[in-house]
Amino acid sequence: MRTKKITPWLYITPAAFLLFFFLVYPSINTVYISFFNYNSEKFVGIKNYLYCFSNEIMLNSFRNNTLWVVLFVPLTVSLGLIIAVLVDRVKYESIVKSIIFMPMAISFVGAGVIWKFVYAYRPASAAQTGILNALRSFFQLEPLPWLIIRPWLNNFCLIIVGVWIWTGFCMVILSASYKGIPRELLEAARVDGATEFKIFWKIILPLMKPTIAVVATTMTINVLKVFDIVYVMTNGNFNTEVIANRMYKEMFIFRNYGRASAIAVILLVLIIPMIIINIQRFREQEAIR
Amino acid sequence: MKKLISIFSGIPLHLVIITIALIWILPSVGLLITSFRSSADVATSGWWTVLQHPFNFTCYTLENYREVIIRIGIGKAFWNTLLITIPATIIPILIASFAAYAFAWMDFPGRRLLFVILVGLLVVPLQMTMIPILRVFNKLGLAGTFPGIWFAHTGYGLPLIIYLLYNFISGLPSELFDSCSIDGATPFQIFKKLVIPLSLPALASVTIFQFLWVWNDLLVALVYLGGTPDVAPLTVRISALVGSYGQDWELLTAAAFVSMILPLSLFLGLQRYFVKGILAGSVKG
Amino acid sequence: MFKKLTFSLLVVLLIGIFAVNTFAASGSVTVLGVWTGGEAEAFKKMIAPFEAETGIKVEFTGTRDLPAVLTTQVESGNPPDVSALPNPGQMVEFAKAGKLVDLSTFMDMEVLQSDYSPTWLDLGTYKGKFCGVFISADLKSLVWYNPKEFAAAGYTVPTTWEEMIALSDKMVADGKTPWAIGFECGAASGWAGTDWIEDIMLRTVEPEVYDLWVSHGISWLDERVQRAFELFGQIALNEKYVYGGSNAILTINFGDSPDALFTTPPNAYMHRQATFIKSFILDHFPNLVPGEDFDFFPFPPIDPEYGIPALGAADLFAMFNDTPEARAFMEYIVSPEAQEIWVGELGKLSANKRVNPAAYPDDLTRKAAKILSEASTFRFDGSDLMPSAVGAGSFWTGVLDYVSGVPLKNVLMTIEASALDAYRK
Repeated sequence: MRTKKITPWLYITPAAFLLFFFLVYPSINTVYISFFNYNSEKFVGIKNYLYCFSNEIMLNSFRNNTLWVVLFVPLTVSLGLIIAVLVDRVKYESIVKSIIFMPMAISFVGAGVIWKFVYAYRPASAAQTGILNALRSFFQLEPLPWLIIRPWLNNFCLIIVGVWIWTGFCMVILSASYKGIPRELLEAARVDGATEFKIFWKIILPLMKPTIAVVATTMTINVLKVFDIVYVMTNGNFNTEVIANRMYKEMFIFRNYGRASAIAVILLVLIIPMIIINIQRFREQEAIR
Repeated sequence: MKKLISIFSGIPLHLVIITIALIWILPSVGLLITSFRSSADVATSGWWTVLQHPFNFTCYTLENYREVIIRIGIGKAFWNTLLITIPATIIPILIASFAAYAFAWMDFPGRRLLFVILVGLLVVPLQMTMIPILRVFNKLGLAGTFPGIWFAHTGYGLPLIIYLLYNFISGLPSELFDSCSIDGATPFQIFKKLVIPLSLPALASVTIFQFLWVWNDLLVALVYLGGTPDVAPLTVRISALVGSYGQDWELLTAAAFVSMILPLSLFLGLQRYFVKGILAGSVKG
Repeated sequence: MFKKLTFSLLVVLLIGIFAVNTFAASGSVTVLGVWTGGEAEAFKKMIAPFEAETGIKVEFTGTRDLPAVLTTQVESGNPPDVSALPNPGQMVEFAKAGKLVDLSTFMDMEVLQSDYSPTWLDLGTYKGKFCGVFISADLKSLVWYNPKEFAAAGYTVPTTWEEMIALSDKMVADGKTPWAIGFECGAASGWAGTDWIEDIMLRTVEPEVYDLWVSHGISWLDERVQRAFELFGQIALNEKYVYGGSNAILTINFGDSPDALFTTPPNAYMHRQATFIKSFILDHFPNLVPGEDFDFFPFPPIDPEYGIPALGAADLFAMFNDTPEARAFMEYIVSPEAQEIWVGELGKLSANKRVNPAAYPDDLTRKAAKILSEASTFRFDGSDLMPSAVGAGSFWTGVLDYVSGVPLKNVLMTIEASALDAYRK
């Protein structure tokens, strides 16, 4: 589109100004103080970074965040996509969508309480107050302390809470994009005798690819920043620590600003692969414009 | 006959959808039932036990809701929340849609670099930004004011909103823009007459999410606005219901539903913008 | 659509700008505290006479996110006038950074010295500066039990550690489970376990060694620390002793844990916890009568030469801005008048000696106050005095790991590593 030279800046400047003040400037500040000691008085070089890559709990957090990326991102995106496509075909669409969306509307404190009633553990002789253990005792199985069995089960349990909350986000965005697909295209394919399954793979999926990439990017970033769920449910005990919770602790509980900042900078670096993927898409879009 | 087949072939579909929905709603049902139970009952038996005799009304109580409503003094806190949430939703979406439009359809130097920065900013943890920003706020007298928190939520929400809107707006067919340009429309006219109406589903979804985040936010409000009853939003008041050792946590069950009513109705209200084939007819073959 | 939006936005913006509230108008004092729920109500009752008398408005914010809010406000140069601090360790950190006002510059120190025991004044002093005042305390060295069930089964209250272990064995032999223990507390899980270790430490070493341990003067690998953990393990790691075993310790919320004492028949008979657990018991079982249906005995001595020491925690206030209103507020909260309201509402123990025991809500609380004042030794909760990376970090996690079966050596090595790092800063 041809515009006057000044026009784009009129559109960009308000956003750029706010982004600079609220995010860019504090980030520069973060990078700077990550090279200083706990109260930002003494320059310590890369010591905080060395700590992050040698401390056992930090290494554990990297492992757990990897687990989150591997499980949480595919699960939320694929479930969100499947639900978005399926509910489009039923009359009670908005009810189902509200149900899937509801966890997003519940505050984290509320969600913490909810999942307490799912994973709660009581000794085998007592009445169970958690539904999973109630089910187990119904089948004559010993109750399990879900959140303390390390290293896999407790992390899975936390990831499931994340999926429960965030699938609604993926569904809403993907649904908006799915509704944008011209119906004539799908009808034409149906007339040509294509199966629904084939239509999904050959038409819907390719058309929604950009949005899927966007949602996947958002979810990956979400995983890197995941904090509330872990903080509320286990606070990183029993090998469930994640990077962002460590950052929160170093910042506000242990009051070690240098280390907290170094962890924040590491988060920024970890996002680089996502930036590369996105910039490629950006170029593609530029090309067809 | 054909109709019969289509009904039957629809059964697995309904089964899948209903199963997913049931799994999803089950934990919340637990919360809802719990919110009507006394703390003594909650401590000793699971919420599903009431389902054995659901019409035995003695095992329900409205006490939790009564306590929540009395203690929060719903009126002021609700008003404060609206006063924070409405501008903190509309301002960023307005600013972001301009920016996303420019990113998608205008040429300017540094465009790619700015986009890289934008994606990078998605990951900035907001806890790390608070101290430097509050310092500036203190100097400008914005700390503890509503405009201060509007700006803060705008700044924190912008990257994701721009990113999501960019994705949608850039996906609009380029023929549209070409034909409009030929007709001599200015970029603003195209934005207003074409981009905004066609992006309604995307705008509706980002509106919901920004609204939700601001509505459920606790930390930003506490830090930039403070927690005195004059300014405190619902979340601050709700989190203060529970004692410092976690006493009376059962009030949270009722509070969760009280605070969920508005966001959920907004979601339902905005459903009508998620319409099929909004682009249909706009592209002529 | 566009015009309507812009218009409504403008209206809201205008309302908002006129509804602006700035922090701390004149004639007021901003106070930040951890108190929420019933405690916040009690706090408001405590300050009501102050507001009425002086005309100073107290702008109180109570939040459990206090660490984040206070850190941010202090670092950005806009602290509250007065703030409650989670523990004396935090007070030292703020005092070290020069953020706190020396209260001896305006407070009548002679009155304070006669009203407060030297322990409290020392804990509030950093390098000769008097920075923190205590308004109330909680006694932690208590074992709660159900007197009726004890009587029915013919059990007597143990007065030494050996007797307590013997009683536990007897209960096991009778086919019962002696202990109810629960350490889960969301983001603060583990603190209840550190209390056990501290209580045992106080009973097995000289108070000076306890202080050394707190200030990292002795290593976590020291055999005396190791012994404290092992004595704790004697109870906690014995699956027959603990209702639900180690899984229950790690997953049951500390507030739900004493419930096991009040089932029929009881699932457990003893529960070690601070004075504040009373409110949880009464919340879950509103019909129980304190002193009749539930009672406590002091956590018994282990090595007889150290007697029955008391472990406690306390509510601490510090002043960040030196304003006349803040001064008036600080002077009010150290007074017996203020604290009588506060302890009367909450059943906490007062720090001020002049507080009238009649102010306590029941005999049980008076009994706790007596134990506290007659204790051979009083020590503050050690984890609250350690740097938070240990005291609210590796120590919490360490106790949980120990209960979950991690070898003691590894647990202590992990805590020691974090301590080496944390105390050096």
